[in-house]
Amino acid sequence: MWQELRTELHPKGVEIVTIALDVDAEAARPFIEAANAEHPSLIDQAHIVDALFGIVNVPNGVWIDEDGMIVRPAEAAHPGRNPLTDSFRTMDLSTLEPEIANVLREARKIQTDPDAYVAMLRDWAERGSDSPYAHSPDDVVQRSRMRDLDTATAAAQFELGQHLHRNGDHDAAVPHWCEAHRLDRENWTYKRNAWNFEDPVRQGHTDAYDSSWYEDILEIGAENYYPAITP
Amino acid sequence: MLLTDLWVDEEEFATRTGWVVKPEGACKAEVCVPLPNDARRDDGRLDVNVLAERLGMPLVRHGNADLWALGPETAVTGRALTSAVAPDLRLPDADGRTFELSSLRGQKVVMVAWASW
Repeated sequence: MWQELRTELHPKGVEIVTIALDVDAEAARPFIEAANAEHPSLIDQAHIVDALFGIVNVPNGVWIDEDGMIVRPAEAAHPGRNPLTDSFRTMDLSTLEPEIANVLREARKIQTDPDAYVAMLRDWAERGSDSPYAHSPDDVVQRSRMRDLDTATAAAQFELGQHLHRNGDHDAAVPHWCEAHRLDRENWTYKRNAWNFEDPVRQGHTDAYDSSWYEDILEIGAENYYPAITP
Repeated sequence: MLLTDLWVDEEEFATRTGWVVKPEGACKAEVCVPLPNDARRDDGRLDVNVLAERLGMPLVRHGNADLWALGPETAVTGRALTSAVAPDLRLPDADGRTFELSSLRGQKVVMVAWASW
């Protein structure tokens, strides 16, 4: 989906860089190959961009201008309507297993505004620093996510966990990921990556974690899954 | 960043955290935090405990192993960004080739995080 926007906006001086937050880099490969993108498609197994840019969920986007200044910090970044999530909205849930129906009922409440996001992006592509959606350095710092010692410790715990997992010691990774989840409840990239190793796709409750996608979405609220974009 | 020793190479530290040690202290873009003179050894290695304390970076150890992770700074703005200057991100593509975000200077960039999960 980003390739379409890239085709439209590259002649206006905009490049897209996608970054896969997959601890298991091979899981990202088929998607990268299928996208056949002209833009750089990178892989961040350690979630370095969470620590450096304040990414907490996917898709999240950051705008950087020609001089290397961030003009919009991390926020929900939907390039268009997603046929898969749109299908959840019209599906008959009564025929599904209750556990799956519950998950989809919450997923339907997640709010995104791809039209507004793409309109902002087109405006910036056209007008650069005159765009009202490109912010001053001070505003960018203030708009970036709060980071206290707990959220910073969660980043360190996640990084230790992915290192241990990638070196073949998955069991040793789990306690570090549990700590990352406890310390930074709102970082879905740490949680979903970890849940997915235990229960792929569904990300349900398992013995490894005292949490699941469904339990956490109820606690945090589906409407807060992607905080509303502030123009 | 991951560590196996509590004296870290200054270039590795700069690459991974964006903090460069200069005569005025540890600096990220326009922000500098003073460091004591003994924070840097003559061989260019930095005292991780001092950096952690001055920059508000949590240091987490894996049990009793010589394996630590140093989290990002909290001491300056209390925000994910200490400066609006984009950090110099280096990551591999699917074929293992390293890409530097700074190679795109002169263009507008939309950096998008996604995942397969």
